[in-house]
Amino acid sequence: MDPIKRHTGIVIPIDRANIDTDAIIPKQFLKSVKRTGFGPNLFDEWRYLDHGEPEQDNSLRPLNTDFILNQERYLGGSVLVTRENFGCGSSREHAPWALLDFGIRVILASSFADIFYGNCFKNGILPVVLEEEIIDNIFTNTFRNIGYSLSIDLECQEVKHEELLLSNFEIDDFQKHCLINGLDHIGLTLKEKMAIETFEKEYYLKFPWLN
Amino acid sequence: MAQTLYEKLFSRHVIKENKDTYLIYIDRHLVHEVTSPQAFEGIKLANRKIWRTKSILAVPDHNVPTTNRVDGIEDPVSRIQIETLDKNCKDHGLNQFKMNDPRQGIVHVIGPEQGSTLPGMTIVCGDSHTSTHGAFGSLAMGIGTSEVEHVLTTQCLLIKKFKTMRIEVGGELTTGVTAKDVALSIIGLIGTAGGNGYAIEFTGNVIRSMSMENRMTLCNMAIEAGSRAGMIAVDQKTLDYLEGKPYSPKGALWNKAVIDWEKLVSDEGAAYDKCIEVDGCLIEPQVTWGTSPEMVISINEKIPNPKSFKDKTVQKDYQRALNYMDLKHGLFPNEISLDKVFIGSCTNSRIEDLRAAANIVRSKKVAKNIKLALVVPGSGLVKKAAENEGLDKIFIDAGFEWREPGCSMCLAMNADKLEPGERCASTSNRNFEGRQGQGGRTHLVSPEMAAAAAIYGKFTDIREIDGSN
Repeated sequence: MDPIKRHTGIVIPIDRANIDTDAIIPKQFLKSVKRTGFGPNLFDEWRYLDHGEPEQDNSLRPLNTDFILNQERYLGGSVLVTRENFGCGSSREHAPWALLDFGIRVILASSFADIFYGNCFKNGILPVVLEEEIIDNIFTNTFRNIGYSLSIDLECQEVKHEELLLSNFEIDDFQKHCLINGLDHIGLTLKEKMAIETFEKEYYLKFPWLN
Repeated sequence: MAQTLYEKLFSRHVIKENKDTYLIYIDRHLVHEVTSPQAFEGIKLANRKIWRTKSILAVPDHNVPTTNRVDGIEDPVSRIQIETLDKNCKDHGLNQFKMNDPRQGIVHVIGPEQGSTLPGMTIVCGDSHTSTHGAFGSLAMGIGTSEVEHVLTTQCLLIKKFKTMRIEVGGELTTGVTAKDVALSIIGLIGTAGGNGYAIEFTGNVIRSMSMENRMTLCNMAIEAGSRAGMIAVDQKTLDYLEGKPYSPKGALWNKAVIDWEKLVSDEGAAYDKCIEVDGCLIEPQVTWGTSPEMVISINEKIPNPKSFKDKTVQKDYQRALNYMDLKHGLFPNEISLDKVFIGSCTNSRIEDLRAAANIVRSKKVAKNIKLALVVPGSGLVKKAAENEGLDKIFIDAGFEWREPGCSMCLAMNADKLEPGERCASTSNRNFEGRQGQGGRTHLVSPEMAAAAAIYGKFTDIREIDGSN
C-alpha cells in the first residue's frame, strides 16, 4: 500500500448523493480474480455510451462526453469531491481498487458508507469527511476555476487550496498512523498471535459448542 | 450495568483494546467466489496460512448459472472465478458446497439452513448482506476483501465499536404486509444513510411475532439503511429453528448452548444511542419507485414530486431517479406496467417466501406483457422442499420459470438480467441504476407483491386479491 502524508491534486466533482458501489464498478467487472486493472471501468455505465464487458479494449468505446471524468479540464485529477453516503451498497472492494487504479487518492464527502470507508484505508485512499457547507464551497470553486486543486495534509488534518486553509478534518488515529506509514493491518495483527491464541483457549472452554 | 444485545455480543469477542480500536475474534467466516480470490492470492504472496480452517464455509453463488448446470458454466470469466474458489478450498482444505452439491445456494440462505449460523457468534463474509445472520442474535457484518484476507489469516478483525440504534416495531402487521414491507418502510423513514455507524437492533411485538425467515429478511435489509449489522434477540423461535440443523450443537452441548443463548437479549433499561419507534399497524405494502431503496412508497401513495423536498441535492437526485426510471411524479404504483418479475435473492428466496408467492399465483396465469417471470430458490434444499410441496408446479403452470439456486438477477452477474429499459418487480434488495442489468429498472417489493405483479402485469394491492394471507 502506498502511504499518504500529504497529497495535492486536481479536484474532480461528482455532484450527487448516495453513489453506490454498483455505480463505481458494475458487477460484470467483479468476475476478475485480480486486484488491478479496474480503472478504465470506473463508473463504467456513466462514462461510456455502450455496454462494457471485462477484457474489452476500452479505448475503442464511445465516451459519454457529459460525464465529469471525460471532461478535459479534470484530466489527471486525483481528488474526488462528492456528496453524502458515498460508497453505499455492496461491500465490493473492487470499488476502491477501481478508484485507485484510475488515480484517485483522496475522496472528500459529507459522509461515507461504513464498509466502503474502511475499504479505502486498506488501499491507500484517504476518505475525508467535511461539513456540507465546505463541500458546497469546494464544488463551487471547482466548477468556477479550471484546474482547481486541493492539498490534503493527513499529518496536520488539513484541507488547503494553495496556502488557504479550507477546513480541518477528523480522522481515527490508528487509521491515520497506518495510512501515513503504509502499514499492512495483517502484519500488525499477527504481532498479537500470542494474545489471539490465549483468547482462543479460554473462549472455547467457555463456549465449547463453537469449537 | 444493563447492556444491549450488541454490547454483549461485542464484549465477548474482544481480544485487545487500543484506544477505541478493538481486535475482535471471528467465529464464522462465510466465503463466496467474488470477493475471495484476491484474498487467497494475498495469502499466497505473503506466504501466510489460514488461521482456523474449520471456521469457514464456502459456496459459489453470485456467478452460478440458474439453468443447465450439468453443462458447466458457459461464461469463461465466471467459470474461472468459480474454479478459483474450488481450487482455493481444495488447497486449504476448506468446507465448500460446490455448484452441483444439493446443499449449494446463496451464502446467506445456507448459513442458517445448515446451523452454521449460531447465536452469540461473530459472523463475517465478503458481502454486505451478511447482516442477515443477525436475525439469530449474532453479530454479523459484511467486510471487504482486505478484511476477508485479514480474517482468513488472523481469525480477527480490527474494528471500532458501532453506535447502537433500537428500532421498535410495535403493534401488529395487517394482512398482506410482510417483513419486506417493514424493512422498506424503515429505510424510507431513516434513509439509506440513516444507519451509518450504527448496529441496529429490531425489537417490538411485530419482530417477536415474525418467523425466523421473516427476521432474516428484515436484518438482511439493515445494510440498505446503512447499518452493517442488524440484529434480533434470541427467543424460542431462534432455538426451534436451529435445533437439529446439520452444524448445530447436539445433545449435552446443545443444552449448554441454549443456557448461554437465552442471555442474548438486551437487558431491561439498556441504553441505546438512538431509539426509533414504528407502528406496525400503519405499514402498508411497499413499492420502490426510484434508484435507491429509500425512494419508496406505499401501494396507495403517489410518487413524490422532487420539488416538494427542500434540499437541492435531494431534488436533483430524485429528478435524476425519475428520469432513469422513466416515471413521472404523481403516478400510483398500480399505473406502472412491468416487463419482468424476479422472485429470489438473499432477501426473499426461502421456503416461506416461495409459499407466500405461490399462494398468490395458484391457478392463475402470468400476464401477457410479462416477458419473463423467474423463481430462483435460495438453495438446493429450499428448491427440494418447494418441489416436495408442489410449489414448482404452481409456478410453472402459471408461466413462471423455475430455476437452480443462486444470486441470479439480484445483481445479474450470471445470464439472468434485465435488458436496457426493461422494468422489473423484484424481491431483491437494491434498485440501484443498472443493478439488474445496464439500463434496467428495478422496483423492490415483497414476494407476494411480486407474484401479484406477475399475474396482473402491473403493481396491484395484494390485499385486494385472493391468497394474500
